Amino acid sequence: MQQTNRLRPFFENITFDRDDNELVLNFGPQHPSAHGQLRLMLHLQQEQIVKAHPDVGYLHRGMEKMAENMIYNEFMPTTDRMDYIASSSNNYGFVLAVEELIGLEVPRRAKVIRMMLLETNRLMSHLFWLATTALDIGAMTVFLYAFREREYLMDLIEDYCGARLTHSAIRIGGVPLDLPDNFMGDLRKFLEKLPENIKDYEDLLDTNRIWRMRMEKVGVISTEMALSWGCTGPMLRASGVKWDIRKEEPYELYDEVDFDIPYSDKGDNYARYKVYMMEMRESAKILHQLIPMYFDTTPELMAHAPKYISAPKIDIMTQNYSLMQHFVLVTQGMRPPVGEVYIPTESPKGELGYYINSQGGPYPYRLKLRAPSFWHTGILTDLLPGHYIPDVVAIIGTTNIVFGEVDR
Amino acid sequence: MRAYTDKKDAQKKAYYTDRYWVAPQVPKSTVESDEVFAADLEAIKAKFEVIEAYIQVKQMVVIIKPEDNYGVLEVLKDECDYTQLSEMSAIDWLADKGQLEVFYQLLSMNKRKRIRVKCFIDQGLAVESVNPLFRSADWAEREAYDMLGLKVNNHPFMKRILMPDDWEGHPLHKSYPLQGDEFAQWYEVDKIFGKEARDIIGPENRDPAMVDRYDTERFGRLGHEVPRGAEPKESKGPEPTTPLAYQEEEGVFMIEKFDEEKSVVIRDRDR
Repeated sequence: MQQTNRLRPFFENITFDRDDNELVLNFGPQHPSAHGQLRLMLHLQQEQIVKAHPDVGYLHRGMEKMAENMIYNEFMPTTDRMDYIASSSNNYGFVLAVEELIGLEVPRRAKVIRMMLLETNRLMSHLFWLATTALDIGAMTVFLYAFREREYLMDLIEDYCGARLTHSAIRIGGVPLDLPDNFMGDLRKFLEKLPENIKDYEDLLDTNRIWRMRMEKVGVISTEMALSWGCTGPMLRASGVKWDIRKEEPYELYDEVDFDIPYSDKGDNYARYKVYMMEMRESAKILHQLIPMYFDTTPELMAHAPKYISAPKIDIMTQNYSLMQHFVLVTQGMRPPVGEVYIPTESPKGELGYYINSQGGPYPYRLKLRAPSFWHTGILTDLLPGHYIPDVVAIIGTTNIVFGEVDR
Repeated sequence: MRAYTDKKDAQKKAYYTDRYWVAPQVPKSTVESDEVFAADLEAIKAKFEVIEAYIQVKQMVVIIKPEDNYGVLEVLKDECDYTQLSEMSAIDWLADKGQLEVFYQLLSMNKRKRIRVKCFIDQGLAVESVNPLFRSADWAEREAYDMLGLKVNNHPFMKRILMPDDWEGHPLHKSYPLQGDEFAQWYEVDKIFGKEARDIIGPENRDPAMVDRYDTERFGRLGHEVPRGAEPKESKGPEPTTPLAYQEEEGVFMIEKFDEEKSVVIRDRDR
């Protein structure tokens, strides 16, 4: 039944035999260091790239379409599947956008717990980045060490919400659970060891000749290019712009904690590596400050807004009106006011923005996900020409792209 | 006969809305309430017509004419220091007004301000590409074309970005159903096996909740398994009835005596 001639690979308008000594190399979509489903079409002169076309969309699941057909609370777990390396940051971006839309004030303890989740997610994401990039470049040892530390963090989050990768641990209006008793102790233990661990990674890499040759002066992104391509996060900070949304447009309690924004004006792979390593230290610093802040708070976890948010479980089980509200909110969904918001947050990869256009119905009229990796993939078009094939792997590594987020 | 549904908007609708319910509004404030935004708006107004401008959730929204999009963004970039185009996309209003709403989300890092420039463009007309000003518009405009069918003039490489090149239709149109349209149903079958295999394979089903118990190719029929591809044992008649019996020795809480004969099975889902 199956006809072999139907299964010919389908390449759009590409001629592989050319007269001008140029070779077209098809990199991916199943390349192990393409970090997912990235297909790059590279035009080569000898080993040098003269033209690059990143081709994305292999992981497209139509999340924006799904959002238009789901009530707000229903869509929240779907956001986990965008940047699945740091899923709480996606949950948080969406939740914050909805909260801004309906104008909610979240209890202080929920804010502290959210910040803890966000910073542990940042550490998880950066450790994962370090592990995979080092592995791509050939440093297997770092991979094993970094994954060990990431495993501790995943255990920590598992203690909190039961999930390791797709947390869904943030709700519109607060957080569903308080921290378990052993959480602070475990976090302290982890934070005590983390500086030594980061130093271990740096000892392995900083003076490593191969690492420096692959990283230094490779993949240089100028400030203008980074701004023009919409680069954010560590990509932008490594190109000489000191811009961190946590500092410049603070949300939650980021204006109350003390931390620095590491940045570099070199713009190459090595600068990005350094920024990531420094950011891990800053995250640890924030987490240290959050522990005493947590104990200063009162135990409320969810905002009180009966129009939008279900009452606590105890009220639902004992009070008739709360039960009715809960029933309506679960079956019909909340109806935010008519209006639109664009709320940016600093996810580990960069600026994660949610644009929501609400027409007053229980489903968003339009939801646009502004994922940082999408633009960090686009920049490869301009960044790769002039580099050599082995540099491609190193550059893809340091851009830290995740395809759940690029294709959405 | 099936109830007639409007095909212009195939998205999910609220199944119940209180007849006295009036949707509240997210508050808007005037541009004059913020000095920085007021100065930016003056700079735009000096050269271009502004249809409407207001501040909503700390960001200024400026609605302009669609043919001015390049000029306004140029003014904002060169004179008002908006150095980054964070996002650009469109909203489908084709069913209501026959228009697409295009928005450009801009960021000024020096002023710590964000502006959203919007314009409404009639169906079939094209906006000018802002790719020469912001390279990020390259991919954003490709995505807007792919997802919403927004036409863009002078784009360097206009091609679908997320969907396959030979896809038909634009998935984020309100008229496009969530499960995909007819083209999507047959896309992979046609491409891999050819149109002549349609009868053998059948359409692709993207409804995750659907389980065809008679499909021996993909799902074994629970309790009545047959070798792969073989005909199911029973004909497609009614299911063999399984007598309902509770396993609890002492009966079930709240149900004193269950009699299957006297119970009613509701088959009409709309009841």
